[in-house]
Amino acid sequence: MEKLSQEQVEHVARLARLALREEEKAIFAEQLGQILAYAAKIRELDLANVEPTAHVLGLTNVTRPDEVRPSLSQEEVLQNGPEVQDGYFRVPRIVEEG
Amino acid sequence: MQIHELTLVEATDMLERGELSAAEVINGLYDRIEAVEEKIKAFLEIDRERVLREAGTQVPVAIKDNICTRGWKTTCASRMLANFHPPYDATVVARLRRQGHAVLGKTNMDEFAMGSSTEYSAFYPTRNPWDTERVPGGSSGGSAAAVAAGEALVALGSDTGGSIRLPAAFCGVVGLKPTYGRVSRFGLVAYASSLDQIGPITRTVADCALALNWIAGHDPLDSTSLPEEAPDYRTFLRPDVKGLRVGLPREYFGEGLDSEVRDAVLAAVRQLEAGGAKVEEVSLPHTEYALAAYYLIAPAEASSNLARYDGVRYGLRAEGEDVVQLFSNTRSRGFGPEVKRRIMLGTYALSAGYYDAYYLNALRVRTLIRRDFDRVFEKVDVLACPTSPTVAFRLGEKTDDPMQMYLSDIYTVTVNLAGLPALSVPCALNSEGLPIGLQLIGPPLAEGRLLQVGYAYEEARGPFPRPRI
Repeated sequence: MEKLSQEQVEHVARLARLALREEEKAIFAEQLGQILAYAAKIRELDLANVEPTAHVLGLTNVTRPDEVRPSLSQEEVLQNGPEVQDGYFRVPRIVEEG
Repeated sequence: MQIHELTLVEATDMLERGELSAAEVINGLYDRIEAVEEKIKAFLEIDRERVLREAGTQVPVAIKDNICTRGWKTTCASRMLANFHPPYDATVVARLRRQGHAVLGKTNMDEFAMGSSTEYSAFYPTRNPWDTERVPGGSSGGSAAAVAAGEALVALGSDTGGSIRLPAAFCGVVGLKPTYGRVSRFGLVAYASSLDQIGPITRTVADCALALNWIAGHDPLDSTSLPEEAPDYRTFLRPDVKGLRVGLPREYFGEGLDSEVRDAVLAAVRQLEAGGAKVEEVSLPHTEYALAAYYLIAPAEASSNLARYDGVRYGLRAEGEDVVQLFSNTRSRGFGPEVKRRIMLGTYALSAGYYDAYYLNALRVRTLIRRDFDRVFEKVDVLACPTSPTVAFRLGEKTDDPMQMYLSDIYTVTVNLAGLPALSVPCALNSEGLPIGLQLIGPPLAEGRLLQVGYAYEEARGPFPRPRI
């Protein structure tokens, strides 16, 4: 595979919530194809009986005591919000009326 | 005496003896910044008055702009976060402040730490102080260039696939990527969480040991932080490599390696040998698959981590008729080309039908790479190899060819996949006067050993030249 199809690029862009311009789609079709062709190198290996490593540390179930502690104030949490109203982040209507 | 010519250890000792004040150090560094920053562009934010107000008692530290700093914007060199003011300090920054260190300024980087040249900064590229037509390496290019140019005595960077070591090598300074979990990642803006690690960039190995002391140790706020207590790394600074077993991994000296880089690294290894180290060739047979695995795993994690930039809670917002449009428009406008490329790549590798072939198999390769290292560290104490196959390349040389850019990381990504510590120490200038880095790799938690070998090498090498800016 040297190039992704237009449909593949559009499908992945939709999953990634990216609205790509036509020229971006064309460039990514080419470049992603090349990178994936290089990545396909790992298929040369017999990996059937190899356990995957998602994380290098042997740490498991790291917990802290369940105690009430001070946290950021509402003001601090909202200070970077692009649109804030009455202590909420404001977004376009999600649920239809009716 | 010029402040910017002091080593970190010298400046720290003078502060402790009262021969120098923190304000004098800050002013000295800011005078230097004013003199050279126009050419280097290492920083995204500087503010002499604020630093003087928060001077503290110790040497101020330049901080890569993906590490959260209260009172300073943290932009990740992205339009997405161009106005982001973190409401808290990263643990490393909080630790520095508690110990009397001010934030000196925020350094430039490739957007969201994705890149090998700092050209993918959404704001401007940083220049290499040795040749301003060349890149400083990346992604912590601002941090490495600031230290090389004398604008900072110490800087923090982050390393996901080589982002501390590569710019350290290109800029002729020392860079350490600690063992995964040795330094807290709390407050480091996530790129690929299973690979990211914060570390120091300094001019000398002794400076590196001192800076590592400030930041290493357990952090209850980071669930991947190692519980082991960190030693005093300065106690390892003995110029002694007698009996040390040094492995030269055959796969790191093959095709694609510049001959001057090879010769310089082998000459450095011979100096260790002259000091009593025993050198032998070893093999890490799965090395040739590491870059492929890395460029599946890191983008996969990135595509998940960067899903949070949706224009709702912080960062850029572009309007849309409904929320999905709002998300998509925000992300398309806020992210630059390399970030989009990696999000697309990662989303593809994780998507239905490709997950097993790409992502899961890459994780299996990761296991094989770890085993390679486990096996060689039964035979040798450290590995020595080049940090990068070439010296710093020219601006614009690789920006249109992502695969060529990715190949810059071919000797560094293995270490992140295996979670190991690695140190880059400058070892020579090539015939064009550009620095070459020697990379030393150790088993988990062997930072002390790496610093000892690096220090012994540095003593044998003698003082490294400074760039003329």
